[in-house]
Amino acid sequence: MENSIPILKSGKCLIASPQVALHDKLAIQFKGNLLEKIVQTKVKGLVLDLSAIDVVDSFLVRQIAEIASSARIMGAEVVVVGLRPAVALTLVEMGISLLGVQVARDLEKGLALFNRSWENSCPKK
Amino acid sequence: MPKEVSDEVLDIKMEADIINARVKAKALAEAVGFDYMDQTRIATAVSELARNALEHAGGGQMMMSPVTALGKRGLQITVADHGPGIKNLEAALKGGYSTKGGLGLGLSGSKRLMDVFLINTETGKGTVVTAKKWVTK
Ligand SMILES: Nc1ncnc2c1ncn2[C@@H]1O[C@H](COP(=O)(O)OP(=O)(O)O)[C@@H](O)[C@H]1O
Ligand SMILES: [Mg+2]
Repeated sequence: MENSIPILKSGKCLIASPQVALHDKLAIQFKGNLLEKIVQTKVKGLVLDLSAIDVVDSFLVRQIAEIASSARIMGAEVVVVGLRPAVALTLVEMGISLLGVQVARDLEKGLALFNRSWENSCPKK
Repeated sequence: MPKEVSDEVLDIKMEADIINARVKAKALAEAVGFDYMDQTRIATAVSELARNALEHAGGGQMMMSPVTALGKRGLQITVADHGPGIKNLEAALKGGYSTKGGLGLGLSGSKRLMDVFLINTETGKGTVVTAKKWVTK
C-alpha cells in the first residue's frame, strides 16, 4: 500500500500516529485500514495520535467520529490523543464537537485510560 | 507588511488542491503577521470553503490577498464557483444543514473563524464567498 500510515500493535492496543496531512482519500483509506486491523488483531482499544496534524476540518472530524463508532461496534474503544491546542480551539469555535469520541492529552494518558479499564493490557509507555 | 507578500490564485479542481490551498493560506497568514492560532483558524476556514467549492459546485477558484485598512493588516480569501448556488443560504449559515450528508458545519464554522464573511449566491449561476480576517495585536 503506497503512502499508508503505520498502525502498531502492542498488547490489546493499536496505536496510529499519522505524520502527513490526511487528505480525503488518505483519510478514508486510513479509516478502512484501521477497522480491518481491529478485526484482524481483536484488540480492545485504538489510540489515535493527532499531534502531527495541524488542520482538522469538519470532513476529518466526521472520519474520526466514524472510526470511533465503527470500532465500538467491533468491540474496540477509540481515544484521540495529542490534539494541538490551536486545533482543539478552532473546532470549539466552529461549533464542532468530537461527538462521542474519547480524548486524552497525550499517548501516555490515552494508554492509561485503557489500562485502567482493562487491567494493564496496554503498554505502560 | 513585515515581509514581501503577494496574492495567490488557485484552481480548486481536485482533492489535492484543498491541501495545497490550506498550506498556501497558512504560509501567507504567517507572512502577513498572524499568530499560530489565527493561522490555524484561517487554514481551517480555507479548507472548508475549498471543499465546498469542490464538493457542492464541482470546483472553483480561490484568491488569497493580503489587505490593509485603517492601519490594520489582514488577509482576504475569495472563493468563487459556477455551481448550482446555495439553495437554502439561511439554513447553511445557521449550521447543521447539509445536502450531501456532511456535518453541515463547514460554512457556519468558517464564518465564526473569520472577521468578515460575505456570501453572494445565485441559483444556477454560482457562489462567491468573501472572507477577511484582521491581525490583532
Ligand atoms: N459553493 C457551494 N455551492 C453550492 N452549495 C453550497 C456551497 N457551499 C455550501 N453549499 C451548501 O450549503 C450546505 C452547507 O455547507 P457546509 O456547512 O459546508 O456543510 P457540508 O459541506 O458538510 O454539507 C451544503 O450541504 C450545500 O448544500
Ligand atoms: Mg462543507
